[in-house]
Amino acid sequence: MQTKSIMIVGVGGQGSLLASRLLGSVLISRGYDVKVSEVHGMSQRGGSVVTYVKYGDKVYSPVIEKGEADVIISFEELEAARWISHLKPGGTIITSTQQIDPMPVISGVAEYPDKLIEKIENAGAKVIAVDALSLAQKAGNAKASNVVLMGKVASLLDFDESCWQNALKKLVPPKFLEVNKIAFELGKNA
Amino acid sequence: MKELMLGNKAFARGLYEAGCKVVSSYPGTPSTEITEEAAKYDEIYAEWAPNEKVAMEVALGASMAGARSFCGMKHVGLNVAADPLYTASYTGVNGGMVIAVADDPGMHSSQNEQDSRHHAEASKVMMLEPSDSDECKRYTKLAFELSERFDTPVIVRMSTRVSHSQSAVELKERDEISLKDYEKNPSKYVMMPAYARGRHVFVEQRTLDEIEYAESCDINTVEDNGADIGVITSGISYVYSKEALGDRVNYLKLGIVYPLPKKLIEDFCKKCKKVYVIEELDPFIENHCKALGVEVIGKEIFSMLGEYSQSLIAERVFGEKKDYTELDEQIPVRPPVMCAGCPHRGLFYCLSKLGLTVSGDIGCYTLGAAAPLTAMDSTICMGASISALHGFNKAREGADKKSVAVIGDSTFMHSGMTGLVNIAYNASNSLVIILDNSITGMTGHQQNPTTGKNLKGDPAAAVNLEELCKAIGIKNVSVVDPYHMSECEKVIKEKVALDEPCVIISRRPCALLKYVKHNPPLNVESDKCVGCKQCLKIGCPAISIHDKKCEIDSTQCVGCGICKEMCRLGAIR
Repeated sequence: MQTKSIMIVGVGGQGSLLASRLLGSVLISRGYDVKVSEVHGMSQRGGSVVTYVKYGDKVYSPVIEKGEADVIISFEELEAARWISHLKPGGTIITSTQQIDPMPVISGVAEYPDKLIEKIENAGAKVIAVDALSLAQKAGNAKASNVVLMGKVASLLDFDESCWQNALKKLVPPKFLEVNKIAFELGKNA
Repeated sequence: MKELMLGNKAFARGLYEAGCKVVSSYPGTPSTEITEEAAKYDEIYAEWAPNEKVAMEVALGASMAGARSFCGMKHVGLNVAADPLYTASYTGVNGGMVIAVADDPGMHSSQNEQDSRHHAEASKVMMLEPSDSDECKRYTKLAFELSERFDTPVIVRMSTRVSHSQSAVELKERDEISLKDYEKNPSKYVMMPAYARGRHVFVEQRTLDEIEYAESCDINTVEDNGADIGVITSGISYVYSKEALGDRVNYLKLGIVYPLPKKLIEDFCKKCKKVYVIEELDPFIENHCKALGVEVIGKEIFSMLGEYSQSLIAERVFGEKKDYTELDEQIPVRPPVMCAGCPHRGLFYCLSKLGLTVSGDIGCYTLGAAAPLTAMDSTICMGASISALHGFNKAREGADKKSVAVIGDSTFMHSGMTGLVNIAYNASNSLVIILDNSITGMTGHQQNPTTGKNLKGDPAAAVNLEELCKAIGIKNVSVVDPYHMSECEKVIKEKVALDEPCVIISRRPCALLKYVKHNPPLNVESDKCVGCKQCLKIGCPAISIHDKKCEIDSTQCVGCGICKEMCRLGAIR
């Protein structure tokens, strides 16, 4: 099987590490060779964050370059727009409709662009937009929007439900497990 | 059994399986998780040392005592530990000693982009370089064997992408290695001139023996695909090359990057019409090849800057490019920022407002250099804020004192306090502000000698910063709470005007620490807000402006109250 490439992008603090680890854990349990590349340190402090997940028979490079991603999962609209160059022609973007102002917008030197989802669609990408923040709040914790989006991803990948449940159990601390299970369900059906 | 593991975690697994007994490190991105993960094994004694020099000396002592030992650090940490490294090369080891150094090409989280391979060559210490997590584990175990076989410390060179990528690792049981006997041996361990001369002879012979090993060892491998083009590479550049070039070229993959083989390289190149050396940062392997008289192509077409990737390599070697689309839209950048509720924010706002020259240091607070606070004039290396301030003030003695140094608690313990000794001893009129957030923040919340806890989270002796500064000879030491900006401003103004060395400790734990209780989020009363943007001057990511009114994001706000102090109209409650 040819290597598949999935990017997870968002803002530092939105939980992209958990999302990429969930996906990685599911993929390795399916018997694929997997590489997950994360970013730690300086970039996590509210900055633009990107993680790469690649799987197939044999994966070499852990990074995904321009024009290589089959799917981009974005936790924030501006980040979806920022990374669109990494999408393969005709690839899919699953994005949360959440908008978080970056510092240049907060300090008034730049504006948050409008109608980004429309613009991304016009550029040829297939867009699946999910109001992940509301669904996470409905599940009981605004911070679970990462898992809402992973639920949506699960509905598109044809893997056993049990792999996802096992990965959640393995990676989510027990006291947050219930909220995250609900968030996952809500995302799956969104 | 195969498990998906971070390179750093796999490294720690290698320490465990190799029977490593003593681990001492100082945190530094991207190396930190090696030691954090090692600490999870009960069989390993693991600690955070105050700095890398101490850590390496601890590891060397443990090795002399007969145990397998380890110390880990980032690339710039190896500069701090260079002093023991260069002489540990002479003493060699008793129990195996392994050093991890993690380079950061692309500077994701570092102040420079140095190539640590030069340290291996200069100190004459063998260096291995893994390319994925499974190799991290295997090379770590091999490094212990080589350390004992050749009587040398062995460095394993990591890089950001290897350290922070996860891939499958095959787990094995731990080898129980018994403590070796310790025998007094001054000619090996007392490095005074008479004995060190003898050891230098040993080191030169050892390097020749290691080269012979490198000619035919398992981790320097040739992959012959019957192609005309050859690629000599190592570490992360190998996997980028494999993805970009596949089996269209032959490979010489070097698992040992110091010392480099001779015959192996010459033979490989003879079979190829054209050979590329693909290595991030400096032309280390390339220069070696050229010194051998072998014709290779390297930095003529590849950069010494930043990270490589499969597309860069495909483009430079075969001229291949991928299609992609871009939006016709200005996408505002999203730089990292101080978190909502960060205790550094209020203090940096005061420094900015007072227009002081700020000698900065390494930590989260380096973000104080960014807009809108822009309250930092220089940042060099760990501890330099204090010593550079002393030099700055000595040079401008007599001029108005309008300068301060800022340094975090962990950085102060690392190498800031020696600078403060210099200020007291050589009497400079300097003001040092210790930003005590009770944790090592930037690397992800590690304990340090001021926090009262050790690496395993158990209670430990805590350095009292006030008493320490006084013992050093600073008579004027005060403590402020950075959440109270007007008080901070008053104290800074007062101390900066004094004609003596002073220390201010700005004390408030990091807002992300689990034990820190947050206040309820604040709200903007929109009928009172006139959109003057005064509250935006503190650069809080929880505050934004929409339709000329400020808004506070309740999911981010921790109620620190700094913005409330900024608002002249009392619109924030």
